[in-house]
Amino acid sequence: MTNDLTTTSAIARSDGHWARTRRAVDRFGDFWIFAGQTAWWMLRGSLLPQNWRLLVPQLYEVGYRSLPVILITGAFVGMVLAVQAIEQFRAVGLEERMGAVVNLSVVRELGPVLAGIMLAGRIGGALTAELGTMSVTEQIDALRSMGVNPIRYLVAPRVLACFLLTPTLTLFADFTGALGGWFVSVIQSGIDSGPYWEYTREAVENFDLFSGILKGFFFGAALGLISCYKGFHCRAGAEGVGRACTEAFVTSFIAILILDYVLAVILQQISEHFWGFRSLL
Amino acid sequence: MGDSSHNGPIIELRSVSKRFGPLRVLDQINLSLNLGQTTVVIGESGTGKSVLLKHIVGLLRPDSGEVFFHGKRIDRRSEQELVEIRRHIGFLFQMGALFDSMSVAENIGFPVLEHTKCTQEELDRIIAEKLRMVGLEGLQSRRPSELSGGQRKRVALARAIALDPEVVLYDEPTTGLDPVRADVINELILKLKRELQVTSIVVTHDMASAFKVADRIVMLHKGKFIADGSPEWYKTSDDTDVRRFVDGRAAPQDLEALNVQIEDLTK
Ligand SMILES: Nc1ncnc2c1ncn2[C@@H]1O[C@H](COP(=O)(O)OP(=O)(O)OP(=O)(O)O)[C@@H](O)[C@H]1O
Ligand SMILES: [Mg+2]
Repeated sequence: MTNDLTTTSAIARSDGHWARTRRAVDRFGDFWIFAGQTAWWMLRGSLLPQNWRLLVPQLYEVGYRSLPVILITGAFVGMVLAVQAIEQFRAVGLEERMGAVVNLSVVRELGPVLAGIMLAGRIGGALTAELGTMSVTEQIDALRSMGVNPIRYLVAPRVLACFLLTPTLTLFADFTGALGGWFVSVIQSGIDSGPYWEYTREAVENFDLFSGILKGFFFGAALGLISCYKGFHCRAGAEGVGRACTEAFVTSFIAILILDYVLAVILQQISEHFWGFRSLL
Repeated sequence: MGDSSHNGPIIELRSVSKRFGPLRVLDQINLSLNLGQTTVVIGESGTGKSVLLKHIVGLLRPDSGEVFFHGKRIDRRSEQELVEIRRHIGFLFQMGALFDSMSVAENIGFPVLEHTKCTQEELDRIIAEKLRMVGLEGLQSRRPSELSGGQRKRVALARAIALDPEVVLYDEPTTGLDPVRADVINELILKLKRELQVTSIVVTHDMASAFKVADRIVMLHKGKFIADGSPEWYKTSDDTDVRRFVDGRAAPQDLEALNVQIEDLTK
């Protein structure tokens, strides 16, 4: 009798696992369908002037309103990097090469990644909450019932704004990052400004700037898509919206780090193929 | 509007079934609506009346069964292919579903801007006219968050009829309104039918409204229609479920449940 019970509950449990795995796979498939439709409407929408007026408020929200936070993040990242590195460089007497390391790290890695993560928090959360609330109050169904495609009307402009502006904001973060590094190295620690920039120029190639910007495009698309998707598939109620926001942020964060790794590997290959190994020191 | 070559029902549901997980909400529902007819759907809370309405505009898709609009099957169409049909159907959501990022005027003008090319003056005229019809003139610049529940519902109704649809689906149009306002909405439903030959479904719990606007009343219970008849038939029917609903009396087993709880409390 007890034996019977344990086997049944074991079956029920394994069935639960199976069902959960299948749901996860389904959701993953759903996500890519959603992403494909969004990409299609981003292309088509940008050809139709009547859609541009949908884009402008999103550009304002994503770009202009995120600028302060991005500038501050960039500046402190540059400063902290310089503070951490300077003792080590001084110990080996190479402090003039500080600029190379600080600026290269900012432009290649920290600028795009931290800009992406800040935006995932600032914009991603807001997008998920906005679309999630619209979903649970049936506003998205209302759009559909009026013959308006919510992907065209709501998702495409938001993702497009993230896609276009994350690389732009990355450039701003790079700029203040460089400024922050310079402030700590040159102004505070008295390194000669001439060689500092000379080594920077030698180390930071156009390709590095390009790879940072390329990452920005990927991060922007990822965080925009994930946040909108989570908002669309939000459970009912305030709790559902809150949970969707948390999930959107965590998923965007992880996606950004994974993308960063994959892109770093690919870009490294390309760089080595064309320019060979580059030494910083 | 629509397809004039088709003379059958405007909307037809053929053995439509829908379930959410283990919950069977619609079970082989058949329903057809003829031009200019107002069908009232009654039934206790949670039986699937809103779900039924959503099948007609393709917001939900049946697990099995077919939905026809002007004789053409629509339940397997893509969202893009449904656009043409949806612009001829006005949908009043139970909770209003107003866009809270837009003003009242923008909400009402939204479907008009999306589907027609009209000038600002024409648009303003349409918005003012629809607002007057629901008794809210002058509220154009308000935000949905600044309206009362009943006002929101009426703005949503104005939006649902903004494109002069040939079919209007009303999900509880009079719930949350005072008796006078509720009657104004009843009159509006009658007026749309009389003057524009609007075909409609009205989901309601308000029996006074049901008797006033209905040509036909159907009662949904546990996924099936258990009664279908004219308002007169409902007034005189002696079916227990129907009588209980129409007269608004609790079922004996519900009362029993209450008694048990109260006895527990007094012990
Ligand atoms: N999207 C959904 N997912 C899961 N279950 C749902 C969904 N929509 C409705 N239901 C369930 O279907 C049943 C019918 O819901 P519906 O909203 O149609 O009820 P109703 O008859 O309109 O009730 P009321 O008069 O209270 O509005 C409910 O039990 C509800 O929980
Ligand atoms: Mg309902």
